Amino acid sequence: MAITLTEGAATHVKKFLAKRGKGAGLRFGVRTSGCSGLAYKLEFVDLPGEDDLRFESHGVTVFVDPKSLEYIDGTELDFVREGLNEGFKFNNPRVKDQCGCGESFNV
Amino acid sequence: MALMQIAEPGMSTDPHRHRLAIGIDLGTTNSLVATVRNGIAVVINDEQGRALLPSVVRYRPEEEPHVGYAAQRAQSEDPYNTIVSVKRLMGRGLHDLADAGSLPYAFVDAPGMVQLKTACGIKSPVEVSAEILKRLRERAEHALGGEMVGAVITVPAYFDDAQRQATKDAAKLAGLNVLRLLNEPTAAAVAYGLDNAAEGIYAVYDLGGGTFDISILRLSQGIFEVLATNGDAALGGDDFDHRIYCWILEQSSLAPLSAHDTRLLLTKAREAKETLTEYPEVRITAVLSTGEMVDLLLTAQVFDALTASLVGKTLGPTRKALRDAGLTADQVKGVVMVGGATRMPQIQRTVAQFFKQEPLNNLDPDKVVALGAAIQANVLAGNRVADDWLLLDVIPLSLGIETMGGLVERIVPRNSTLPTARAQDFTTFKDGQTAMSFHVVQGERELVADCRSLAKFELRGIPPMAAGAARIRVTLQVDADGLLSVSAREQSTGVEASVAVKPSYGLTDDDITRMLKDSYVHAKEDVHARALREAQVEGKRLVEATQAALAEDGEALLSAAERADIARGLSALAAALEGSDLTALKRAVETLNGLTVEFASRRMDASVRKALAGHRIEDVEC
Repeated sequence: MAITLTEGAATHVKKFLAKRGKGAGLRFGVRTSGCSGLAYKLEFVDLPGEDDLRFESHGVTVFVDPKSLEYIDGTELDFVREGLNEGFKFNNPRVKDQCGCGESFNV
Repeated sequence: MALMQIAEPGMSTDPHRHRLAIGIDLGTTNSLVATVRNGIAVVINDEQGRALLPSVVRYRPEEEPHVGYAAQRAQSEDPYNTIVSVKRLMGRGLHDLADAGSLPYAFVDAPGMVQLKTACGIKSPVEVSAEILKRLRERAEHALGGEMVGAVITVPAYFDDAQRQATKDAAKLAGLNVLRLLNEPTAAAVAYGLDNAAEGIYAVYDLGGGTFDISILRLSQGIFEVLATNGDAALGGDDFDHRIYCWILEQSSLAPLSAHDTRLLLTKAREAKETLTEYPEVRITAVLSTGEMVDLLLTAQVFDALTASLVGKTLGPTRKALRDAGLTADQVKGVVMVGGATRMPQIQRTVAQFFKQEPLNNLDPDKVVALGAAIQANVLAGNRVADDWLLLDVIPLSLGIETMGGLVERIVPRNSTLPTARAQDFTTFKDGQTAMSFHVVQGERELVADCRSLAKFELRGIPPMAAGAARIRVTLQVDADGLLSVSAREQSTGVEASVAVKPSYGLTDDDITRMLKDSYVHAKEDVHARALREAQVEGKRLVEATQAALAEDGEALLSAAERADIARGLSALAAALEGSDLTALKRAVETLNGLTVEFASRRMDASVRKALAGHRIEDVEC
């Protein structure tokens, strides 16, 4: 299994990193918080952690800490536009149930 | 599911707790809203993909007002109810508006701020601006998909206190939490400074719809410092439209126009100006309500000639700002162009000539202010590591408190960075004094009379104590918006009094320059004046103390000869107090002090005897 980005998502991440001027890639992970147990975390990476797992997808490096991977392995990150809003969406095969907005979830 | 954005390392927020913040450029002609997404500042477009919202509000009877393009289209049909360039009316009374007669509105003179009669009743400029802000807020909420923490709203550097307050009121009315008001040129520098990260001196040349601002900024190690600002609060792109409009009238020799036709021709004039940015000539055609036809050809050369004086008017403030900063044009490393009007080729040319370099315009001059505001809002909302960069605004002149003798005790020195808070302890001057009055002043001179008075307030309820025993802590605090609050607190009882003032906005930059220069020119006299005043205060205190002591114990403790000596010393000192001879005054003080040494020690003995009378020795042992 792995973490993957859709081509569209990768294009956007590359653009954001270029504009930001620095960063090794994208950190994708989970934190224990939120209304339904776990919450996604999506950040730029300046200093990768030693234990980080790395996934290459369409030219973008995704950093995942090993603990997080248990909850998100197999997830595909997509970048979508909904009306005026735009942002990342996660297709996580391990999610059993999630809160109404999907920002926090259970496996 | 909700759409997620990429956060800075370690700055992820909890679900449903995203710190969404926006920056708003509330412009004279157009307004914009921007935000930071995935680490990048972006302008939020409307459903049709348009970034600009024309700052135009049209009031319609019994209906929601139109804002933006819909209102702009109605300008010529419904000029009385279609409010354009309302920013020029913000915080202004009718007497402040030199050109009120040429505006097509039904003005109502109200205390403080002018009001407008519309189809929806009387509206203040604050309400009109709130309609624009409300529309931008809705656009942002729609696009961000959540509650907002707040907004940074930009204002021209020249806005005075009343105009800034009016802008804040409008935001409140529109349901926005104002994180900070930010000067427009500073916002532009934020946008450029971050994207290009270049150090040095920069000039921000901002020719908007209704205002011209020139700012000299220093960018070093990621820190912005405003060195000087200047400008013209009544010069902008609208004036260029007006020149074309006058030219049309002149060329077509038209009869006096109706409000509708005035608006129509002004719209045509603006379109012609915009066309001339890209083309060497433009055809202006219009049919007036009287049936008269306008059909003219305007060339870029004619337009240049018509507006040469307007372009020239921007250079005066530019020179002044440079002079205030102590710099010359060739020390400026880059010139940032802001405002749609800077797209005009004659402006680009003139600025390039003046600074002997091509101005920077790699960001859209219409958007750069909003982008900077969004970046600032993002920091204030807590989405970035704070030490990443700081935005420094400074106090232009020192703030202080009047002390005895009309002297200024400076508490916050000039060029302190905002926000700041400083405290100093003061004490009472007379025995049993229970109240103290505080006079807050701004300026660099030693005497209160030469500084600008900001506020006065009183602290009452000080417990009666000997002179000099009370400890009153005075705290001056200036927040990031330049709002000064002063509080005085008696330390033993905690009684407190305070006052809020806004120091910098009431002063024009010319005032500030003049006050600064005065302080250098008069430095020597001021030192003398301070020494004299201090000696006078000391002398008066001595006279009062001696007289009080004489009245109490003079008969009992002094011989007639001694009393006469002291009386002579007193009158000599009183005479010296009248004059301005510092040495004579000091000598008189010393003489009287010498004459009263013996008296003072006898009084001390007497009071000790009085205190001990009737007590056994064990009672007073500690």
